[in-house]
Parts: sequence; structure tokens; C-alpha cells
Amino acid sequence: MKHKVSTTVNGRKHEDEVEPRLLLVHYLRDNLGLTGTHIGCDTSQCGACTILVDGKAVKSCTLFAVQAEGKNLMTIEGMAKDGELHPIQQAFWDEHGLQCGYCTPGFIMAAAYLLSTNPNPSDEEIRKGLEGNLCRCTGYVNIVKAVQSAAKTMSTAPAKKAPVAAGGE
Amino acid sequence: MAVTQLIGAKIHRREDPRLITGHGHYIDDFVRTGTAYAAFVRSPFAHARIKSIDITDASKAAGVVGVFTARDFKGQLAGTHPAAPAFTAAKKYVPERYPIAEQEVCYQGEIVAAVLAESRAQAADAANMIQVDYEELPAVMNLEKALEPGSPKVHSDGPDNITWDIPYIGPEATEAAFKEADVVVKERILQNRLAPVPMEPRGVMAEFERFDNKLTIWMSSQSPHFIRLFVSGSMGLKESQVRVISPDVGGGFGAKISPYPEDYLVPALSRMAERPVKWIETRTESIQNTTHGRGQFYDVEVAAKKDGTLSALRVTQYLDAGAYHGTFGGFQAVACLMAGGAYKWPGGISARTIGILTNRVPTDPYRGAGRPEATHLVERVVDLVAQELKMDPVEVRKKNFIQPKEFPFTQHFGLVIDSGDYEKALDKALHLAGYDELRKKQAEMRKQGRYMGIGLSTWIELCGFGPSAATAPATGGIALAESAQVRVLPTGSVIVYTGTHAHGQGHETTFSQIVADQLGMPMENIEVRHGDTAEGTAFGYGTYGSRSLAVGGVAVSKATGKVIDKGKKLAAHLLEAAEEDVVFEHGSFHVKGSPDKSKAFGEVAFASYGMGLPEGMEQGLEAVAYFDPPNLVWPFGAHVAVVEVDAETGAPQLTKYVAVDDCGNIINPMIVDGQIHGGVVQAIAQALYEEVVYDDDNGQLKTGTLTDYLVPSAGEVPNPFIVDKTITPSPTNDLGVKGVGEAGTIAASAAVINAIVDALSPFGITHVDMPATPDKLWRMMKEARK
Repeated sequence: MKHKVSTTVNGRKHEDEVEPRLLLVHYLRDNLGLTGTHIGCDTSQCGACTILVDGKAVKSCTLFAVQAEGKNLMTIEGMAKDGELHPIQQAFWDEHGLQCGYCTPGFIMAAAYLLSTNPNPSDEEIRKGLEGNLCRCTGYVNIVKAVQSAAKTMSTAPAKKAPVAAGGE
Repeated sequence: MAVTQLIGAKIHRREDPRLITGHGHYIDDFVRTGTAYAAFVRSPFAHARIKSIDITDASKAAGVVGVFTARDFKGQLAGTHPAAPAFTAAKKYVPERYPIAEQEVCYQGEIVAAVLAESRAQAADAANMIQVDYEELPAVMNLEKALEPGSPKVHSDGPDNITWDIPYIGPEATEAAFKEADVVVKERILQNRLAPVPMEPRGVMAEFERFDNKLTIWMSSQSPHFIRLFVSGSMGLKESQVRVISPDVGGGFGAKISPYPEDYLVPALSRMAERPVKWIETRTESIQNTTHGRGQFYDVEVAAKKDGTLSALRVTQYLDAGAYHGTFGGFQAVACLMAGGAYKWPGGISARTIGILTNRVPTDPYRGAGRPEATHLVERVVDLVAQELKMDPVEVRKKNFIQPKEFPFTQHFGLVIDSGDYEKALDKALHLAGYDELRKKQAEMRKQGRYMGIGLSTWIELCGFGPSAATAPATGGIALAESAQVRVLPTGSVIVYTGTHAHGQGHETTFSQIVADQLGMPMENIEVRHGDTAEGTAFGYGTYGSRSLAVGGVAVSKATGKVIDKGKKLAAHLLEAAEEDVVFEHGSFHVKGSPDKSKAFGEVAFASYGMGLPEGMEQGLEAVAYFDPPNLVWPFGAHVAVVEVDAETGAPQLTKYVAVDDCGNIINPMIVDGQIHGGVVQAIAQALYEEVVYDDDNGQLKTGTLTDYLVPSAGEVPNPFIVDKTITPSPTNDLGVKGVGEAGTIAASAAVINAIVDALSPFGITHVDMPATPDKLWRMMKEARK
């Protein structure tokens, strides 16, 4: 038996009939073709599937697709606007905050939420804020640097602070 | 337009724009029309006999395309799992391994049945309906007990549980030194079994085209050409009929080199079902079935003099091979050959390795493979000697280092260390760490009942596999040379094909830097391609063992040189000059002494596809090069860890980490630092957090998820974490480069554990095994206080 689910993903409305047990992450990847959201575990430990749900960082493997009914979602694919990278994406690039890149979308989304609630986090606050995400390549050194650098850019260019707090708009 | 403007510069990675926007292509992002999904039924027991398999319910389940057991694969797959010989063994037993078990399962997770269904969920549902009747057999879990004559056997038809026994150098070689020693120090040093945990688990998608008799495999692999070799052979196809595509790979760490059962089963399922078939490993499957690393213990004995001279070393490696001999599992025995570390050992080294079968998943190379173990043991025993003699561990190290003027240095196993300056790296690290102040602070803190320790690791490694003379016999015939093809298109842009395979290392960037400098053109004119066996040279050897730059990068540079040579001939013809009078500089060919008489590289490229070429010259501008390095390369460095152990809880806190590493000449310092960061944290993880734990009696995996297998997060990483370098070029290759992919992992566990032991030395503690968990340290302190 299928259930209807309607969501807004990266500003675009979607309506689908899905199995009630379908996880949100599978819905995004398999139904909507948004494969930038990755799956790295099956116990909600790794954070590779982190997206924003109404502006809050959520591991999309912890929700069923039907629980996203009426929600405003943002995935990594929604971060760059008009061909311009989001400052957090730019900072990950500039600071070498990624190697294999598999965990990166999740980190960028988690960082987006962190900076929406704490625009000027300390080193410790960044580390704490990203504790729900695992990276095996970088030792987190340059990820922390990237978030610091993004915070700086975003606080000096408020116009670019765009998508997060407003729930993806 | 300087000549070497890109090599050595911090160039931002070309691969990043796609990866930071969610447009990377990892294996699970691919799908073919008509794909069926595979799920595997795996043994819940570490050791059991399969009595029967009932597939009735599963076969009838919704969406099921087919259910398959060992019998179904008999006409599909031939031969047993490959096991590279690695080293010549005195005794060797390689149990036969098939991708799917028929009668006996020998580790928890071994595949017994496969289901194909229209969706992933349906495949998983049906797999749960398969009833397997097992008769449980005793599980062999303990390495020492496994060696006892009466021990139960890992394979009920096996002769015993020893897969290899290699006495490299016998104890007689060190007898004199031990007789003359002032002190002898002994220790048993454990190496906890680790799960590599690349963030992207493994995955395979295969499409067999029946009427063309062609097979395409998409998979997450570090070595697609080796997979083509193995799978084509097993499936009765020609190597040329199989194409392996390994797209963006979400980390490997050694665990994606060897072939796995699923790499054979998924293509065979595609051939049987006449559909594309896809399987993506879950994390639980990954921790259970993807090869593990380490899982060893060492009995070590050192003979030393009162003045701190390290005379002789005796090492026996007991290695948990798991249930089968891993394809490259034997390589881990290199720990013995590297056991001497950065020191001379005038009285010799004796070493022996014993590979022991247990009912666990096989071990295979994991970042560093053998070299982290060697560093850990030698750096530990150097500290034991220092502690015994009440000397500063810095002094003992400096007294015994191989000296800069002694390179090339032939060590006890006949390996030739190319270059080094160990003391320089150590001095730099001590300076950055503020060693003398730290010692003062330590003394003050001890007065307050606080336990801070300083740990050193003056590590060395060998990498860049490797010279054909050493590697062809070790793999069973294929030398780990590397190949490159540089192809210049008519309008002057360049495609570089490399047989290496990046999974985070940034080859698209660094290899472009090399070629751009050589050709004097912007990087944007150059595409670097890898990971598709249908492109490039006949064979690529993959990425592992910190080999990509020192072997593959050099091959790229050589192929580029060949292109320039041909271009020079053609330019001379076009400029009506003698070839020896033509020079290539800043992207153009000109006549020596008359820079106006010139042809740009692009002009020459275009002309090469035209008419009127010199007599005997063929059209086109491209070249293939193979590089067979004359020696391995030998990076080194010095790391300092500072740890405070909480006297009440036993919790170790890394309060500072300094890494000074020397990987020879550097192409991109940003990437080098990144490799060190990640490598160090992976070793800190071994030292403090990670351990694959099985039940000692029944072989049940107890750390099967990331909830129980503790991969550190950002909060567990040392801060400050200072990274610096010295540069000692390698004389082994024209670029003067060594390797850096494994350096941090090879170095760091010893520094962390040495710091913990140093912190706890007031308790009389001389050794701590990994992982140094709070409860372990708390118990040790409690015991010592009694």
C-alpha cells in the first residue's frame, strides 16, 4: 500500500506515491535522482545523508519519506545558486576540506545548519557541531578550517547568508 | 610564464567542484535500465557446516527474479580466490576459497546464497526468507591456541591453521649481540584488528551483454585492471571482453584492492539473469565482510648497551590471516623487514612471521600495511630501552639513527634506503613541540598529581611499489610498474591516462601540475583520466602503497617527455633546423640562440596530424610510457604527541600533536598536508578508539556497526595539530618524489602510545596496548596503586 507524499525540495514541489517504509534518503536518491546525498552507514552514525528539513540539519536516513510530508527540504544540490557556489562550498574547496568527497555533502549541510544557528562559532563549537558526521580522509583539520573560513565570508557578506535559517528559501 | 610554476604550488583541486555540489559519481549513483538488485545471505556462524538451504518461500516472494546457491555458480565461475605469494615461505598452506560457500562456512558473513529482485527492498526481504540449516563447528579465534597441535581447525579439511611461516633471518644471527648485551628488554606488542571503513562502502554493478559476449563492471575499486584480470579469468572471458569502470571512489585505505566474492558473483548473476545487476554493501556488511587490517601480535626482544646503543633486535610476527589467505594479505609480513626502523642495529636483526588462520574475515593491506606495525614495535622498544636505562628517548634515537652520509644504506634484509636525514626532522619536530618546556611542564604537573606524557615516533617507511625485480615474484608475475599515456589532440589540448586510481588523493590535480609544467601550458588544457580499463594503456596497477606519484606520476612525466621529444623532431623539420639545435621552453620550440624562430606547442601538435612530416615519422602526437622504478622510495619523519591521562577516569586527552614529515619533493603541499592529517587521525583512531572485536568463543562479531566500532569524529582530533616538513629528494626517480599517502598512519600510533606510557611511567607502567581506552588505563593505574 502506497502513501502520498508532497514535499518541496530545493525550491521545487514534488508529489509521489511511496511505500510507507521508504527512507527519505532513498526517496531523494532513487525517486528524485538527487544522488548528492550519500549513504555511509545503516545506523544513523555517519551523517553522509545530512540534509536540511525546514532549515534544520537532519540525517535523511532517520526519517521515512512520508514523514517529510509538507516539509521544505534542501539537499546539497540546492546550495549553489545561479552557478555560484555557496560560501560553505567555496570554503571547502579553498581549504581542501575534502579528499574522496563522499562525506562532503553531509558535512556541508551540517555546517550550513551550524552557521545558521551560530554564525561565529569557536573551534570547539564547530567540532561539537559536526560531531554527527564522520570523515575518514581529512582528519577534520581542514573541515574545521573551512567552516571557520565560511563563517567569516558569510558574516562579511550577509546577502550570501541565504538559504539556511529560512528553511531553504 | 615561469617554467616550474605549478609543481610545488598550492593548487586547488580540479576534482572538487563536482564533489562539493553533489555531482560526483560514486558507484551507487549509477543505474542501468532493467537493473535487478542483489542481496546476499550470509553465514551467522563463524564456523559451520551447511546441511541444507531451503529457498522455497524466497523464490515465491514479491519481485524475486531468482534465488541462487553455490551449485548455480558452478558453470559460471572457475578457479579459486587468488592469493599473491608475497614472500617465499618455508611453509605455506592456502585454503581454497570460492565466492560462495557450498558445504562449510569459515567466517561470520561468508556468502551462502544470493537473491535477485526488482528492487533492493524486495531482494532484502526475500533474502530473509531463505532458511539455512547449519551444524555449528568449533570456531578457532585465539592465535596461540590455533598453533597448538590439537587445535580445532579453521577449515575442517585443512592440515593445520598455519597459512605461512617465513623465517627471514634466524636467531643465530643475533646471538652474539644478545650475549654481549648490557640490557635485554622484552615485550609482547599487540596490533588491534581494524576495519578500514571507507565512508563509501563497496559496491558492484555488472552488465553482461550476451550477444556480444562482453561484460562491463562498475565498481568502487582501487585497482580496476586487477579486477578485470581476475574476473575475466574466473568467468572464462578474455581480458579484452571485460571492462571495469571505477568512477569516483569514496575512500579505499587498502580495502578496495583485492577482489571480493561479490566482484565475481554480481557479474555471474548478470550473465545468468541476462540483466544488469547491482549490489551495494551496507555498512554492517562492510564491517563484517570487507577485509580487516592489523590483527597481530609481536614478540620482541632487544639487546642494548648501557650507553643507549641499540645492538640487536629479535621479532616474531603472529598474524591473524582470518579464514583465508587475503589476496595481498601476505604483504603485511613486510613489518618484519621494516622492524629495524630508522636505526642501525650493528648486532643484527632476526625476524620470523607466522600467518595464522582463524574463523574471522580475512585480513589484507590496510593503510600502511605492515609498516605501521613495524614503526609501532620499533618505536615502542626504543622507548622501553630508554625507560630501562633512564635515558631521554630523544638521546637514544639520535645515538642510533642511520646518518645522512650513510645513504644509500643497505639494511639487514638487503633493502636499500635511498635517502634521509632523520635527526633534522626530529630536531624540527622537537622545536615545534617545545620539547624542553614540555618536559619542565611535565615535572610540574606530576607534582600536582597530573599525568602528562610526551611521545615520539621517528618513523621511516618504504613505499612506491614497485621495482619489477621485487614485485613481479610477489604478485605471481605482474610487476607493479606503472603506465601512462599522454595524447595530444590536433588542437593542442591533452589527455593524460594513468594506470593509478585516485580515491581522494587528487591525481587529477597533481598529475596535471606535472604535465602542465613540462608542456608549459595551463592546467585547463589537460584532462587526467583514470579508472576505466577501456581507456589508456594495456594495464594499470592501481593506487595503494603510496605508489601513485613515485611510480605513476613518474610514468606520466616520462610519457610527456616522449611527446616533447617527438614534437622537437617535428619542430626542427618545420623550422628547418637541426633537431639538436631546437629547444623546448615555456610551451614553444625554438632554435637555440634565436627565440624568434619558434613554433608553439599547439602549432606543432596540429602539424603532427597534417602532411609533410619528416621522412619516416607517423602522424599524431602521443606516447605511452611505463616506469619500472629502480628502487622503492623511503619517506620518513618525526612525530611528537602530548597526552594527558586523567588520573581519576583514565581518559587520555591528546593536547598537542606535531608531525614533521619528509616525502621528498612536493608537487602540491596542500594535498600533502591533507594526507598527513587524515593518516595521523587514522592511526590515533587505532591507538585510542578502534578495535574489531569478536566473541572469543563463538566468533560472533561484536563491533558490527559504527555504534560499536568507534571511528573518531571532529571532537576526538588533537588540537593544536601542527604539520611541517623537511625535504630530502629521492634519488630513485627524476621528480625526486617519495610518497605520503600512508605516512601519517605509519607514524602516529607509536607517538600516541609512547606519550601515554610516558604519562603513566610514575606508576611503573612500561607498556600499554592499543586501543588505550579509558577503562584499560584506569585499570592499569588501579593495579599499579595496589
